[in-house]
Formats: sequence, structure tokens, C-alpha cells
Amino acid sequence: MKELIDVYGLYFLIGQYPNGPLGGLALTVLLASLGLLLALPLGLLLGLARVSPLAWVRWPVSGLVFVVRGTPLLMVVFWAYFFLPVVTGHKTGQFDTMLGALVLFDGAYLAEIVRAGLQGLPKGQFEAARSLGLSYGQAMRRVLLPQALRHMLPSLVNQFVSTIKETSLGTIIGLSELSYVANQINAQVLVKPLQIYSVLALSYFVMCFGLSRLAYALESRLNEART
Amino acid sequence: MIQFDQVNKWYGSYQALTNINERIAPGEVVVVCGPSGSGKSTLIRTINRLEPIDQGIIRVQGQDVHRKGLNLNAYRSGIGFVFQQFNLFPHLTALQNCSLAPIALKGLSKAEADAHSLALLKRVGLESKAHVLPAKLSGGQQQRVAIARALAMKPPIMLFDEPTSALDPEMVGEVLAVMKSLAAEGMTMVCVTHEMGFAREVADRVLFMDAGQILERAAPADFFNRPQHPRARQFLSDIRSPYASLAA
Repeated sequence: MKELIDVYGLYFLIGQYPNGPLGGLALTVLLASLGLLLALPLGLLLGLARVSPLAWVRWPVSGLVFVVRGTPLLMVVFWAYFFLPVVTGHKTGQFDTMLGALVLFDGAYLAEIVRAGLQGLPKGQFEAARSLGLSYGQAMRRVLLPQALRHMLPSLVNQFVSTIKETSLGTIIGLSELSYVANQINAQVLVKPLQIYSVLALSYFVMCFGLSRLAYALESRLNEART
Repeated sequence: MIQFDQVNKWYGSYQALTNINERIAPGEVVVVCGPSGSGKSTLIRTINRLEPIDQGIIRVQGQDVHRKGLNLNAYRSGIGFVFQQFNLFPHLTALQNCSLAPIALKGLSKAEADAHSLALLKRVGLESKAHVLPAKLSGGQQQRVAIARALAMKPPIMLFDEPTSALDPEMVGEVLAVMKSLAAEGMTMVCVTHEMGFAREVADRVLFMDAGQILERAAPADFFNRPQHPRARQFLSDIRSPYASLAA
């Protein structure tokens, strides 16, 4: 095991960097972080559109959500990687492709979480805000969203944890993220698949567990502030 | 001040309001009563356009409030509305509940708005609860904060939609006392309520509704002592002796 770490440890952590592209654990963390950071605002916007009283805002977004929800992420990744360049004439890099697919996919799922959070609030909250004279936007921003986001936190974390694991699909388009790198190492070492894939599984677990605990701490701090 | 002209409203094929004609004068306190499902809440909610109407005109201080192009937010900020379920914003303290609209709509600084809100909370006897979240308040206290919040934009008209119906009996009095003090100051008030003691003591007029129509309008003394409409007589006898029908 020690020999394995000595020889391949750095490759596992950062890929071929600095002599080649960044990869391994570092790339996975980067991909997941950017994915979350971009998917959250997108999900918020799409979620708001899903509950919009304006049909021309609501319908296209509902359509998008249904399409994305009815398609495996793997399909979205393939589609973005092989089909998009044919349409646009530009070849998109593996990282950008994977990031785009993740953001679109998770944005649609987050939109449903946002919608559920908003629709789960008592109708009287919106009526009270509007009867004070607040506009639709002010009622959303100051009254409904702050409450809804608190209720949504467990579901949001669930989705974020999924996002971390979904980055592993980058392997199939040759993105040298953590799973890809582990595969490469296994292909070279050949005789230690148990150790290599156990370390891989443990790495994902640590990231997901860490995020869960962080969110749990945030949740209990919010609850404390409420009482 | 508030004027209904031939107002009709339907929910699908069900007619919720039928030929409503009514005039409420400035400073008047009007109590709307009637059996549940009679259209009282619908009526009061049409005044600040929480419910749309299908026919007729509602004018408030001269302006048609259901016309297209009305600045609805500005209009609503001039009408205080108190809900049966209080509807305080649970993530904000009592003070923040009151200051939200003045800060967002009048552009007041937080300090200015809070000073005014604190005075309002003092007025409803809850200055000491300013920094408490609604979940820590009793029902009666929550409703008093809700009244203070509705007063924050200094509206000339206050609407109350069954403000004491969700309260434990011992808390009804504190809310009615606040409403009574508002009436004494000359606030124009429309109150949907089953509190007949309040109606008798504070109201200038009582409107009795059933099946979407105003069947009787009278001074409280006349309404309680000499109800004209048979349906009103029935209603009054039902609320005075709720077990009579069981005995019969």
C-alpha cells in the first residue's frame, strides 16, 4: 500500500499537473464546487419561473425540467460532448462539457426543490406580504424565499451530495477526474484493484460526508437563531 | 370612503357575492356578520383586491380599485389588513415584521422605521416583545403584533377578517381592546367578526350577510333587539343558544 501511495499518490491527488492538465481529486473538487456554485443560482431562477404567474415564463421552464428529469445524466453528457460540437461547429473541452451538463442537470432538479419550498409555505404569507403593499418581487425576496430556503436546506444538501458523485461520469468522456485517474492507476498496477477502488470510494465518501456535516451544522445554527 | 356598486362575484357557477351595494363613511366602524360561507370574508377581501370581482365597481376614496392600471401596491399600502391566522412572518422579529413595509416601500432608514414600529408595538402593549420571534408569542400577542404591522404604513382604513376566531377565549379580549382603541381614534374599520359584544359596543352599523347577499343593515341596537330579516333572527338565536337545535 505504501509503495502504491508513493508512486501514484500525487497523481491521484492532482493528476499530471503541473506537467499536464489538472486532474484527480483536485479536479473533482473543482468541478463539484463550480457545479454547485453555478447550479444554485440557475436552480433558483428556474424554480421562480416554475411558480411564476406568467404562463410564458412558466411553460418553457416546466418543459425543460420535464425533459431533463426524464433523461439520464449520462445521456446529457454524451449529447453535450458529441452532438453540441456538430451543431455549434466548436469543440468544447471535456471539463466545460461536464460542467455544463452538471449545471443544467442539477439546475433542473434544484428548480423543483425551490418550487416545493415555495409552494409549501402557507398561502397567507404571500397574502400578508402583498396586502402590506409589497410587490411580487419584494414579497418573494423578503418574505417567501428566506423562509423557503430554510425548509429546503436538507433537500438542497441531498442534491449537492449527488452532484459530487455525478462528477464521476466525467470518466466516460475522458475527463481526468478522480474516477478516471483511479481507473488509470488500476490499469497500470493491475493486481491491487481492491485497494485502489477502496481509496476511491473513501475519497468520495469523505467529500460527501464532509458536506453533509457542514450543512447539518448550518441547519442547527439556523434553528438556534430561530428560538 | 368605501363604496360598493352592484358588485357580483362567482366562483365557477357558485355566486359568492350578489348585488352588493353599500357605502361606508369615513370614521365609520362596520361589523359584518353572518353564517360561515355567507361571503363575509370574500366581501372584505375584495376591498383590497385579494379577491377579484366579476361585475360592478368598488370605489375607495373615490378611485375604482378593480380597474386595470391601478397602482395596486401603493393602493394596498394604504389599507391595513388583519388576518384570522395572523400571518406574521416567522423569520422576522415583531419589530422587523412592523418595519418591513416602511423600509421597503417608503425608503425609511432602519432606525426611523424601527422607532415608529416601536411606538406601534407600545400602543398594542407589546413593546417588551419587540425583539422576539412570532413563535415565542401567544396567539393574542401575535394578533396584536399583526395589527401593529398593519398600522405601520399609517393607513386610513383597517380591514379585519375574523381577527379573534383563531384565538383561545382568554385572549380575545386583549385583541378587541386594541381594535376598540382604534375605533375610538376615528379609524375607518370593516370587521368580519362573530364577537357580538364588540359589535354592540363599538360598531356604528352591522351588516348581516347570507348566501352572498347583504340581507340586513342596521345600527347594532336595532340589529340585536329587533332583527327584521327571518334569516337574521335565526342566526341570532343560533349564536345565543347554540344547543337549542339539539334539544328540539
